[in-house]
Amino acid sequence: MIRITLRELAHSRTGDKGDTSNISVIAFRAEDYPRLCQWLTVERVTEHFAELLGPNCPPVRRYELPNVHALNFVLPGILRGGVTRSLALDAHGKALGAALLDLEL
Amino acid sequence: MKTLRIGSGAGYSGDRIEPAIELAEHGELDYLVFECLAERTIALAQQVRLVDPQAGFDPLLGERMRRVLPFVGRGADGQRRRLRVITNMGAANPLAAAREVRRIAAQLGLSGLKVAALTGDDVLATLLRDLSQTLDNGSTLASLGDRVISANAYLGVEGIIDALHADADVVITGRVADPSLFLAPQMFEFGWAADDWSLLGRGTLVGHLLECAGQISGGYFADPGFKDVPDLARLGFPLAEVDATGRAVISKVTGSGGRIDTATCTEQMIYEVHDPAAYLTPDVIADFSAVSFTVQGPDRVLAQGADGRARPPSLKVSVGYLDGWIGEGQMSYGGPGALARGRLAREVVLERLKLTGVVFEEIRAELIGVDALHGTELGSRTDSEPWEVRLRVAARCADRAEALRIGNEVETLYTNGPYGGGGASKSVRQVVAVASLLLPRDAVTLQVHLEDIA
Repeated sequence: MIRITLRELAHSRTGDKGDTSNISVIAFRAEDYPRLCQWLTVERVTEHFAELLGPNCPPVRRYELPNVHALNFVLPGILRGGVTRSLALDAHGKALGAALLDLEL
Repeated sequence: MKTLRIGSGAGYSGDRIEPAIELAEHGELDYLVFECLAERTIALAQQVRLVDPQAGFDPLLGERMRRVLPFVGRGADGQRRRLRVITNMGAANPLAAAREVRRIAAQLGLSGLKVAALTGDDVLATLLRDLSQTLDNGSTLASLGDRVISANAYLGVEGIIDALHADADVVITGRVADPSLFLAPQMFEFGWAADDWSLLGRGTLVGHLLECAGQISGGYFADPGFKDVPDLARLGFPLAEVDATGRAVISKVTGSGGRIDTATCTEQMIYEVHDPAAYLTPDVIADFSAVSFTVQGPDRVLAQGADGRARPPSLKVSVGYLDGWIGEGQMSYGGPGALARGRLAREVVLERLKLTGVVFEEIRAELIGVDALHGTELGSRTDSEPWEVRLRVAARCADRAEALRIGNEVETLYTNGPYGGGGASKSVRQVVAVASLLLPRDAVTLQVHLEDIA
């Protein structure tokens, strides 16, 4: 079976506010958007980032933007204290979206 | 119908200057906006101001103004040239920033230029009158004590609109919500009412799309083979052509690098947004959930469909406070076995910090090239071992002396650690943390300070 990753179907951008990261997932082709909605559940995204979220983060939320065939995932707490006090190399979490694109569909 | 042309000259304090000048020169702009304040920039600037009362504004203000002022203000006939400038480069000291702009304008021989400074965002004195207030991180102001160094309310459009009514050519602010810097000239030029929430929602979309400058025109986007961007080294900054109904076309100067299409616009619209139906600013609760983008030509995209609801009752305040020190050290390993040697180095440093009793609140020890960005689980998805890895150890300590010991310990790997460690580096920095609280609007007093150049 051929391995298809999210990267084939969609692109992504990560933003930060406090210690919350938001990751957009935007279908390259509008006709793939329903599949994204079906496959890319909150559960799958939570599982993908399980180690980074840890046990204590509030639940991941998903918003739908059908007009621009995009999903927006909000991951509270994943930035561990936020840009200003985090010890992380990438305190903004700018590189998180790229990790999500490796998710297998 | 009248069309307003607003350009974006900076997406953060250290941003490139040439694309802003390109916009000023060839964008036929009415307004050029420089957005230069990140979350903690004012807190850092406030520390600078404590040392030098004339400082505390954006370090690139002088260079930007020297280059852009020749396109601003009035000619010898007293007529306004096209361009006015709005910027939050005032940071912790808008009054000193305005004085600096006047000084530069005088040097350039630009007489009659009106420079306005907006104050009122600094609410530290007001907050310190009631120390029982609780921040969003759970701390009270009382518990932070004298570690609190700044408190700035996110202002909306009001003060900027006042300054434009007073005929200012350059408006310098401290903390203003990023999209408000762009919404203000739209409201002023088109006479939009302060409670026409739909129009304010549309104007806020324009501001949100432009506020990160190059991020909508091909920056933070390229992924070779999947998303290619032409001529990134000459990335053009964006401009919006807006009409009185809030319809906006996003474009850039012809011939500049980068790309603007539905993909770049969609990425930027969702950037730093949580619920797309409720994007909170001091001016409006904007609704981006039904926005659509239509390509109108090469690097030209029409944005429409934003809406809005009544603005939030209170203002968000960012409180900056000192929160210890972060000490950091790094060391690289390369060639066959680099990963194993990097891991060994990590174990050695962690054991040494324990043996020597270094006191820290939190620590991270990671291998750049393996697990530093995404952790061990995602970091192990690759089949091949990296040719080189870089150990990075960072810890937050209450005392500077303890933080210094982190980098020093990593450096000792040179002569005491695994084979072939090279390129050690170490640093210590003070942590200026930011938390927020809400403040009633009437606790803030806006003031516009306007002076002509003699």
